[in-house]
Amino acid sequence: MTIPVEKVAGPRRQNKAEFRWSDEHAPADFHERLFELEQKGELVVQRVDTEHIEVPVKYGRTKKVPIGHTWHHKSCGQCGHIPGYSTSIFWVNRKLGIEYEDPTDQTSCTAWNYYASATSNAAAQAAVAVRNFAAAYETGRFPIIHCGTSFGHYKEVRQELLAHDHLRDEVRRVMESLGKPLVLPEEMVHYSEWFYAMRHEIAKHQVRDFSNIAVTVHPACHYYKLVEGDAIYDPEVYGGQRTAIVSEVAQALGAEVRDYSTWFDCCGFGFRHILVTRDFTRSFATQRKIKRMKEEADPDVTLTHDTGCVTTLDKSQFAAKAQDPNFATIPVMSEAQFAALAMGAHPYLVCQLHWHAADYKPLLEKMGIDHEKAWAQFEEATARLERGEQQYLTWEDADV
Amino acid sequence: MSASAHLTPTRADSAAYKLGTTYPDVPLEEKQRLFDEVKTDERFHDYLYGCYECGICVAACPSARYYDFSPRRIAQAAAREDVELVYQQMQEDIWDCSQCFSCLRCPRGNNPGGIITLMREVAVNNGLESAKQALRGYTRIIYKIMSTGTQVSPDMLQADAFPDWGPSVALVSEKLDLWRRALPPETHHTTTTGWQISTKTLVELYLIWHKTGALAMIAELARACTACWRRSWRTCWTKRVTS
Repeated sequence: MTIPVEKVAGPRRQNKAEFRWSDEHAPADFHERLFELEQKGELVVQRVDTEHIEVPVKYGRTKKVPIGHTWHHKSCGQCGHIPGYSTSIFWVNRKLGIEYEDPTDQTSCTAWNYYASATSNAAAQAAVAVRNFAAAYETGRFPIIHCGTSFGHYKEVRQELLAHDHLRDEVRRVMESLGKPLVLPEEMVHYSEWFYAMRHEIAKHQVRDFSNIAVTVHPACHYYKLVEGDAIYDPEVYGGQRTAIVSEVAQALGAEVRDYSTWFDCCGFGFRHILVTRDFTRSFATQRKIKRMKEEADPDVTLTHDTGCVTTLDKSQFAAKAQDPNFATIPVMSEAQFAALAMGAHPYLVCQLHWHAADYKPLLEKMGIDHEKAWAQFEEATARLERGEQQYLTWEDADV
Repeated sequence: MSASAHLTPTRADSAAYKLGTTYPDVPLEEKQRLFDEVKTDERFHDYLYGCYECGICVAACPSARYYDFSPRRIAQAAAREDVELVYQQMQEDIWDCSQCFSCLRCPRGNNPGGIITLMREVAVNNGLESAKQALRGYTRIIYKIMSTGTQVSPDMLQADAFPDWGPSVALVSEKLDLWRRALPPETHHTTTTGWQISTKTLVELYLIWHKTGALAMIAELARACTACWRRSWRTCWTKRVTS
């Protein structure tokens, strides 16, 4: 099923049946400058040289998304506070038989801190990015970036490095002192683009019926607003006039995607606000996002594809409910967790939903999941750890 | 009057000056110096192309809905080189920005959020009061996260730090070690960092901070925080995390 363009244009507007981006307004394709600098020997470009899928991005261009042989650039907030997010990404890869690397030679992009406090500078931010790219390059695997902010920030860094000779020189000097080349990947690939690219393959492995599940989608600001051309826009979704990310994965899994008026609004995360001025974050997340979704679309779940968005939309609802008992909450998760559940993942051992705040149990019931039985299985597994029978649970333990 | 006189803003052209200088104790030369620091950043000219005054950035801005804040005024003040108003914004406005970059919807191609990033950097580097206030109770966290390689850690989830997030936080905190060991990815068994990072990687990160000047900047902030920390240890959010 596709979302017809009328949903965007309005029922009485006579828009053209087909929409095409005008070349006149398209920004220059960054690849031209990237390959020019590569030819001059100024930097190394890590090519997508393994099996890949071409996906549509804005302005009618395409992007290569590698299927396997990937190097997973993890997210601090996902790993730290929503661990079912990254676990689900890895679990889906494993279920599809795709091999990947989960590296320890990876740092945060540190952009959360930069956008919160500005306690850094352009050269430091670029060097952190390039160090991670070089670490991926050394393994021969292609980086897949889990965090929306890392993805957006790295696109910014790429733009700055391609535009400014002085910055490039400074970063190159820093990299030389680390014994690493200045590497940029041919494509910046966000994990949600991999899920978009693999959606039909994921749907083939679906074991739970989601045809009765209604979802709303919050597209992450840093995914498509920062360096806006480099994000997935599919002519089959919203007429190609909005990013198709997440929506198309939900549709491929048979869920109904419902629209709401504040889809363009941010979640309210704010970087520093989520840490030190959460009154703003809570108000924005609940009043401008959750409440609007509930009133206009009444979804069973809202899906998003970034660390901050899941955190903000999920955690902010408790205070709103405490203040107004009639505040209707909506469970929040990433499309990676949603896809994993569709493929039969355990809600606690894999998707780690007990780390989430908004009530997700009615959703699990609608998905046909016995959450009480699942929780008992989780407690049984962790009891083995407490008894010292095992130090850690493994991937094998996750598939009960 | 020469043509250049029209292009070069003077103190009398300043909107803030006309309304009354809000920071009269700060010399104009100092305000000019700070603005020049913003303007000489290589990124400045990528972020500002002029302003149609259409207000699309304001309509898209989450902070404009909840604060007396306007990305349009940020772009306009920078474009007019209104150093009085820019200074006022550096003291009063820039920390309200959510850094979501919804303002990139600008039809002129401006990036008010990016200009704010530069203004914040200058505010931090020059020890402006707004920066000290914005980062109070937070700077030792910056020091910690910048040195451990992940921005947030599982052990940040403590009930007294996030009382508005509900009972799930207290439960996570109570079960943290057990629940981290229950995660299937081997890199996720950590509690003080988001994932396991190799020592070699951390050394490389340190070298980057050192060579780009970021380490000195962070260390200075941490020292300033320690002074604050001694005064308000009982309520310091940083303490809860670092202890």
